[in-house]
Amino acid sequence: MSNARGPALSREVKVVVQTLTLRPEQVKRYSRHIIMPQVGSKGQRKLMEAKVLIVGAGGLGSPSAVYLALAGVGTIGIVDFDRVDLSNLQRQILHHNDDVGQPKVVSAQEAIHQYNPDVQVRTHETRLTSENAIEIVSQYDLVVNGADNFPARYLVNDVCYLLGKPLVDGSILLFDGQATVFLPGKGCYRCLFPTPPPPGAVPSCAEAGVLGALTGLVGSIQATEALKLILGIGQSLASRLLLVDALNMEFRTVRLRRNPKCPLCGDTPTVKELIDYEAFCGLKPVEA
Amino acid sequence: MKVRVHLFALYRERLGCGQVEVELPAVASVEALLQSLVETYPSLARLVPNTMVAVNQEYAGRSDALHEGDEVALIPPVSGGRL
Repeated sequence: MSNARGPALSREVKVVVQTLTLRPEQVKRYSRHIIMPQVGSKGQRKLMEAKVLIVGAGGLGSPSAVYLALAGVGTIGIVDFDRVDLSNLQRQILHHNDDVGQPKVVSAQEAIHQYNPDVQVRTHETRLTSENAIEIVSQYDLVVNGADNFPARYLVNDVCYLLGKPLVDGSILLFDGQATVFLPGKGCYRCLFPTPPPPGAVPSCAEAGVLGALTGLVGSIQATEALKLILGIGQSLASRLLLVDALNMEFRTVRLRRNPKCPLCGDTPTVKELIDYEAFCGLKPVEA
Repeated sequence: MKVRVHLFALYRERLGCGQVEVELPAVASVEALLQSLVETYPSLARLVPNTMVAVNQEYAGRSDALHEGDEVALIPPVSGGRL
């Protein structure tokens, strides 16, 4: 951790482009990128040197991983402790019928290599915890959040802020999606939702359901934002929350701001290291 | 004064519609609006404390004042999966 109090402000992901040159088949593979002035050969090489961590190889992580892999992102890390279940296949496009019962990271790695063998996949077959999050996240330039529960959502938020990593956040339920980008020092998930909902107040996708195609929509938006951050182009969703209402197909954005009273990124922070997120979310008694 | 309240995710589910119009006293805060909504719709009581509120497409604090014709959005947290 460079500085627990004030992580480096990063307006974009810093990817050092080495003298890597594109092979002829890569020039062809990525020709639709390279032809765009906003990407070009240099941008494509930035993508190929970027390291992105995807938290959760589920509904959101699947489309994010597929599009980042197709785009040629050099290193994709996948953290997930779960195994593929038949009920995942309604939306999780990284996994196929034959993968049921397999660890999701294994299934994800195979799928990504099918899409693009150039991508180096790092599998982290574990639950992301306060104990391992710093070690895992610090290996990457940027994090795409497809976490499926509130403790993980707060953990990913906190570790990204403390390590100064841009976070592309997304969440879904029923026919509704949310997506935003948190750049360290420009507001965080805790600024929006300082306290987690009490257990049971917000139903899960398993309890309430989710439209499979919506996960593709929101996950693709996350992949788009991640690619823009790596390339350093356009206007990201930083300081804006995108609300997707798929039932009426309406998109709205709400302007966000850093909360000076935020316990993590505010002016007088009280959260200076990772905490017990299960206890924070009321899922187990707080230790005395 | 009247404000229009846009409902997202669970709010839309609970109330069965995408927006409601709420009549408030001439001087009222975001908090007063939330209290008024909970009185009318008790099923919202557990959701309201953890909800993000935006007024005219901008993040708003609980003590921010509302004005006639304001567009308010109630945005509950969405986790994306199981607990």
